[in-house]
Amino acid sequence: MNRFAFHRFWAVVLKEFVQMRRDRVTFAMMVGIPLLQLMLFGFAINSDPRHLPAAVLSADHGPFSRTLVWAMRHSDYFAFVREVDTEAEARRMLQLGEVQFVVNIPSDFSRSLLRGERPAVLIEADATDPAATGPALAAVRAIADRVMARDLKGPPAALHAKPGPVEFLVHAHYNPENITQYNIVPGLMGVVLTMTMIIITGLAITRERERGTMENLLATPVRPFEVMAGKIVPFIIVGYVQVSLILLAARFIFRVPMEGSLVLLYGAALVFIAANLAMGITFSTLAQNQLQAVQMAFFFFLPSILLSGFMFPFRGMPEWAQWIGTCLPLTHFLRIVRGILLKGNGFMEILPELRPILLFMAVAMAVGLKRYRQTLD
Amino acid sequence: MNSSDPVIDVSGITKRFGNKTVVNGIGLQVRRGEIFGFLGPNGSGKTTFIRMLCGLLTPEAGSGTCLGYDVLRQQREIRTRAGYMTQKFSYYEDLSIRENLDFIARVYAVPDRRNAVNAALERLGLDRRGHQLAGQLSGGWKQRLALAACLIHSPKLLLLDEPTAGVDPKARRDFWDEIHRLAADGMTVLIATHYMDEAERCHRLAYLAYGNLLAQGTAEEVVRAADLTTWEVSGPRLAALADAIRGRDGVEQVVPFGNTLHVSGRNAEKLETALAPHRAGGEHRWKRIPSGLEDVFIALMDGAEDNYQ
Ligand SMILES: Nc1ncnc2c1ncn2[C@@H]1O[C@H](COP(=O)(O)OP(=O)(O)OP(=O)(O)O)[C@@H](O)[C@H]1O
Ligand SMILES: [Mg+2]
Repeated sequence: MNRFAFHRFWAVVLKEFVQMRRDRVTFAMMVGIPLLQLMLFGFAINSDPRHLPAAVLSADHGPFSRTLVWAMRHSDYFAFVREVDTEAEARRMLQLGEVQFVVNIPSDFSRSLLRGERPAVLIEADATDPAATGPALAAVRAIADRVMARDLKGPPAALHAKPGPVEFLVHAHYNPENITQYNIVPGLMGVVLTMTMIIITGLAITRERERGTMENLLATPVRPFEVMAGKIVPFIIVGYVQVSLILLAARFIFRVPMEGSLVLLYGAALVFIAANLAMGITFSTLAQNQLQAVQMAFFFFLPSILLSGFMFPFRGMPEWAQWIGTCLPLTHFLRIVRGILLKGNGFMEILPELRPILLFMAVAMAVGLKRYRQTLD
Repeated sequence: MNSSDPVIDVSGITKRFGNKTVVNGIGLQVRRGEIFGFLGPNGSGKTTFIRMLCGLLTPEAGSGTCLGYDVLRQQREIRTRAGYMTQKFSYYEDLSIRENLDFIARVYAVPDRRNAVNAALERLGLDRRGHQLAGQLSGGWKQRLALAACLIHSPKLLLLDEPTAGVDPKARRDFWDEIHRLAADGMTVLIATHYMDEAERCHRLAYLAYGNLLAQGTAEEVVRAADLTTWEVSGPRLAALADAIRGRDGVEQVVPFGNTLHVSGRNAEKLETALAPHRAGGEHRWKRIPSGLEDVFIALMDGAEDNYQ
């Protein structure tokens, strides 16, 4: 009597399904919005992010390798977070998204430089988001030229020949051709889900209140959690339809590579969808009417789309904006989707991004349950 | 719970919205199998009181039990066992008749749900229209659907808020037959209504105005307690007569009733004095009649209005 009862929960689920089926316009929107956005966001958005985290894998400890690192840091484009010792470690940091670049300095860098052999420095870049890496990579050559020119005074100055003293080899991982759609299209999945899931559930409870059916629902023994969970389940299916639509477009229209497991992606999407639905339900317990619920949804949607790393590279944003972004589930989901599709990340790699989403969902659900009024006062 | 205990037993129930007292210290006892009528002008607090009985609103003061459960603390128990029909239709207009009934039956875990829903549809006479959307039903049919829905889990107590508003006379009679049948089987019914004929079909009545309980008892008791004297006048030019006597000291109500006029007042002597000059004219026929419920209620309401202002 005092616990969750499946039959009541199931009654709500079935009712919501039927209502959803009857509401043709909303249902059409659920399919139309992803398609519309796919078309709108087919173009790229540029910016010039700085302080991108980089790791150095240096086999050379001569003065010139230090100068090079110093110069790169002072360009503002690179922030060296760590020196790593092995290739595997560097690779892992790149995969987890802890760094955007790994700078490989060969063992005889300083010596080769003095001999005028144009030593090659390899920069491995996480190019899932080309807008984030492009400007930094473009800047690196100019930096090296300038700094080395200053250091190589006296006799070695002769080495400061035309093609530049150092050769930079760039290896763009995950998105070697810097195709913006590779970044945008998987990201759209998260954006579309955020937008539609929050609005659709935001309306769920306010609609009952506005139409007067809330009085009846409250007079029955249905518990708040049963109502909320029952309203969420049907929309998870809608969310899956959207995910599938976008994946199909990604595969066959934009030819986005799919390195990782789609099963894992669908699993992660489930968590993300549920988090957004919980948020929407919470909004609808806070709002007085459907209009307010929609407004709240937009209030949430704007920072999500602007500060999550979808519109602008996350690392290009000021710190306060990154803080806000970190609190939003979309930020983490974008990393998960891009990680799975472009980097082939597995469960262990996405786990650190999955946790904040779960936490967000728990908080939203708790607020919603607390706010769900069991009386009409 | 003993079967002789009252099903509703509350006292001092009070509800305020802002600083307006909408229900003011109301106490009521309703016995098992009783049909209890709840009357009062618009805005008198009937709906508010019923909502407090089933736990949809929390009273500011008062205490009591409903079906043996505390109205302040055991609202879930009450909700599971009572059937509440809201004043405004509050089932899902975008669900069909059958789907609405099915939803309610599932929520209450009605045993043998399919048959229960079919039986309810049949009783409604809607078994062929079960697939029709509730929103497309006419007002009276919506009421009938709502009644069927709140009966589907065989509640022990029915709380009906103006269940027959807008229902045609035949359907209303069927409805009252059904209510009496249910009551005979032991169901208790509290029913808010504005119709006098319905008030007379109740076992007992309560009359509410401005949140105060003004009268309680059987229809006869209520009439007797009001101690109202009523004259019936017939003859020519009744409208002119009405204007002439309205407002005289002792004349409290002058109400046209078809081809007659009902003139009443609580003070029989004063009324007689006021009417004496007109009766002497001999133009009209004057007859003292027993006061009706409606006369009594209107007198109660006027009296309450005076107190309220
Ligand atoms: N949620 C609310 N907030 C503020 N005031 C309210 C609220 N609900 C009811 N009231 C007020 O309480 C009073 C009693 O309302 P209630 O609906 O109980 O009357 P009623 O007797 O059912 O009237 P009717 O015969 O018109 O249905 C009214 O004056 C109404 O304005
Ligand atoms: Mg009412």
